[in-house]
Amino acid sequence: MTPSLTWVPRLTLAALVLPVGAGLWGVIAPLLGLVQINGADPTEAIDDLFAWPGLTRASLLSVTTGIGATVLALAIVVLILCQLHGTRALGWLRRLLSPLLSVPHAAAAFGLAFLIAPSGWVARLFSPWATGWDHPPDILILNDPWGMALTLGLAIKEAPFLLLMSLAALGQVRADQSIYIARALGHSGSGAWLKTVFPAVYRQIRLPVYVVLAYSMTVVDVAMILGPTRPTTLSVQILRWMSDPDLAYRLQGAAGALLQLGLVLGALGLWWVAERLVARLGKRWVEGGSRSLHLNRLRPLARGVGAVTALAVLLGLMGLFVWALAGQWRYPDAWPQQLSLRSWQRFAPQITDPLLETAVIALISTMIALALCIGSLEAESRHNLRPTTRAMALLYLPLLIPQIAFLPGLQVLLLQAGLTSGRWVVILSHLVFVLPYVFLSLSDPWRAWDTRYGTVARALGTSPNGVLLRVRLPMLLTPVLTAAAVGCAVSVGQYLPTLLAGGGRVATITTEAVALSSGGNRRAIGVYGVAQTLAALIPFAIALGLPRLIHRNRRALIPERS
Amino acid sequence: MTTGLTLKSLRIFRDQSLLVALDTTVQAGEVLSIMGPSGAGKSTLLAALTGTLAPAFRQEGHVILNGRDVTTLPTEHRRIGILFQDDLLFPHLSVGQNLAFGLAKGGTRTERRAKIETSLADVGLEGFHDRDPATLSGGQKARVALMRMLLSAPEALLLDEAFSGLDPALREQIRALVFTRARTLNLPVVMVTHDPADAEAAGGPILKIG
Repeated sequence: MTPSLTWVPRLTLAALVLPVGAGLWGVIAPLLGLVQINGADPTEAIDDLFAWPGLTRASLLSVTTGIGATVLALAIVVLILCQLHGTRALGWLRRLLSPLLSVPHAAAAFGLAFLIAPSGWVARLFSPWATGWDHPPDILILNDPWGMALTLGLAIKEAPFLLLMSLAALGQVRADQSIYIARALGHSGSGAWLKTVFPAVYRQIRLPVYVVLAYSMTVVDVAMILGPTRPTTLSVQILRWMSDPDLAYRLQGAAGALLQLGLVLGALGLWWVAERLVARLGKRWVEGGSRSLHLNRLRPLARGVGAVTALAVLLGLMGLFVWALAGQWRYPDAWPQQLSLRSWQRFAPQITDPLLETAVIALISTMIALALCIGSLEAESRHNLRPTTRAMALLYLPLLIPQIAFLPGLQVLLLQAGLTSGRWVVILSHLVFVLPYVFLSLSDPWRAWDTRYGTVARALGTSPNGVLLRVRLPMLLTPVLTAAAVGCAVSVGQYLPTLLAGGGRVATITTEAVALSSGGNRRAIGVYGVAQTLAALIPFAIALGLPRLIHRNRRALIPERS
Repeated sequence: MTTGLTLKSLRIFRDQSLLVALDTTVQAGEVLSIMGPSGAGKSTLLAALTGTLAPAFRQEGHVILNGRDVTTLPTEHRRIGILFQDDLLFPHLSVGQNLAFGLAKGGTRTERRAKIETSLADVGLEGFHDRDPATLSGGQKARVALMRMLLSAPEALLLDEAFSGLDPALREQIRALVFTRARTLNLPVVMVTHDPADAEAAGGPILKIG
C-alpha cells in the first residue's frame, strides 16, 4: 500500500499560515494587553506612536509611493503590451527582463542610485560639456522628500514582474484570435488589445498586482536606499523602533505595524474600487464603438519606455560592477582612470562569511520549500485532490500581508518566550516567502506532465514512488531546478526577515549591503551589490546549464532556446 | 484454472449513470476489439482494467486474469500492459534504458543486456541501445514501445487507439507486428479503436459500445 501523502499539503499551508498568524497575533496581543512586555505599556505605546511628529507624513509617503509605483508599473506594462503585442521588440524585451526579475531589490536600487544620483552616470555623461558641472551639483535626486526616486525605482523593478506575469496569462486567453477578430471589425491593434485582451489578462494578474501594491507600500530595503530620510516611510521607521535597544520601543513598533497593515488594507480596498471604476469607464469606451485608430501612434513611446525600464536596471548593475572595479574615478569622468581588483581584495575577508550564511539559508529554505511543494503536488495527483480557491489564496497570504506588519510580532513573541532568534528562525521565516514562489513556478509544469507516462510506468510494474523518482522528477528536472533557482533568488533578496527573525545577529550579503547604504562608500556598495546579484543569479545559471549536461543526449528534454 | 482475461459483470458508472457494462472473456491469443463513438467510455474501460480509473467513476464487478482476481490490485501488480496512441517512451532514458525499465527484475547485468539486445534485434533495431528516443522515426518508436511492454512479461495487453497516430503504410506493419507477438505469447488483447480496419485485422470478436 502506498503511504498517504494528504498531510503534505496541510503541512505546506501550515508553514505559510502559522508564521503570518503568529506574527499578527504578536503585534496585536501586546497592544491589547493580552501579552505583557517588560517595561512597556500598551496605551503609552499607542500614544507615543501618535505623538511622533513624522507620523502623518510617513503614512502619507507609504500610500503615495506604494500606489504611485503600482500605477506606474502597471501603466508601463499595459503600454508595452498593447503597443508591442506580437512584435519582435516584445520578444527582445521579454528575454532582457526575465533575468532581471531575480536581481535582488537592494542591488537594483543601488544600481539605480548610482545611475541617477547627482554624481551618477547620467550626470557624468552630460558633464561638463552640456551641464557645465565640474563637481556634483547640490540637488536632491536620491532620497527626495516626496519619495519620487523610491516610486520610480519600485516601478522599474516591479514592471518586469507584472510584464512576465501578463505574458504567462496571455497564453491562456486566446489573445491572438480576439485581436484578429477585433481588427477585422476595424479596430486598431492596440485598441483591440485594450478592449478585448486586457480585461482577461488583468483578471489573471490581479493577485500579483495586489502583491506589488502591498509590497511597494511597505518595502524597507529599497526605501532605505532610495527613499526620503526625514521622515522616512512608515515601514523604515517601524524597523528603527523594532531595532531600538530600549525594549519599550518594540511596542511602539508593533502599534506602527498595525497602522501599516491598516494602510495596506485601505489601499487595497481603494484599488478594488478603482478597478470597478476603470471597468465601468472601459465598458462605456467599448460600447461607444470608437476604433481608436490614433492609439497606434503611441508605439514609439512604448518602445522607449520598454528600453528605459530594461536599461535602467541593466546599466545600474553595470554601474555597481564598474564601481566595484574602479580605481581612481574623478568627477565628471564617465569612466574610472584605472580598473583594479583592489576593492575586492579589500572586502573579500569580510564578505566571505555573509556569503556563506546567505548560501546556507537560501539552500536550506529552498530545499524545504521544494520538498513541501513536490509532496503537495504529488499528493494532488495521487489522491486526486484539487486545491481549493481558498488554499490558493492562502498561498498569496504572506505576499499580501506586508512583512513589516507581521515580522515585528514574530520578534515580540520570540522575545516573550525567551527564545533566541537565530539562523533556524531566519530559515523558517524565509520559507514563508520562498514557498509561494517555488509553488507558483513549479505547479504549472508539474500539472502539465502527461500522466500517461505514469500509467505506462505503473503497467510496467513500477510503484507510485518509483514513478515519481524514476520518471516524473527526471522528466521535470528543468522546471524543478528553475523553481529551486527562483526560491534561492527570493531567499537571497530577503532583508527584513533576516534582520528581524535573526535578531540582528544573522548577517547575510543582503543585510550587509543595505547596512552600507547610509555610508556612501561606493566601492563597498559596488562590491556588495555585485556579490548579492551574483548570489541570486548563479542558481539560475545552474538551472539552465545542469539539464543540458545531464540530458545532453536527450533532445526532448533540453529546453528550447527562448 | 481458466486462462484469458475475464470481465465478470463489469459495470462502470459516471456519477449515477451507467457508462459501460461488459460480461465477457477474452481468450488467450485472442483480440477483442471495442468500437464506439468518442465519449462512449472506451478509454474509461481500459482505465478500469489497468486500475487508473478517475474518482469521478465507480466500478462494479470483477476483472479476472488467468484465474487471478486483479480487481483491487494496484496497477503495478496486475501484469496488464498497455500501449497508447503516443509511444510515451521516457524522454530522459536512452532506447536501451527504456527497455531495461520495462524488463522484469532479475538476471545479471550481462543477461539483462543480452535480453534487451535480442529484443532490439527482434524488431530490426540492432545498435539502437544508446540512441535518444527523440531521434527515432515514428515506426521505430512504436516498435520500442511494444518491446518495452513485452519485456515486462505482461499476461494481457491493452491497446488504446495504439495505431491511430501512424500513417497508413506503417500502421498496417505495426499492427501486424503487435498482433503476431501477442498471439505468439498467447496474450489476451483488448483493443479500443474507432477504425474498422483495425478491428478487421484483429480477426477477433468485435464489440460495439455507446
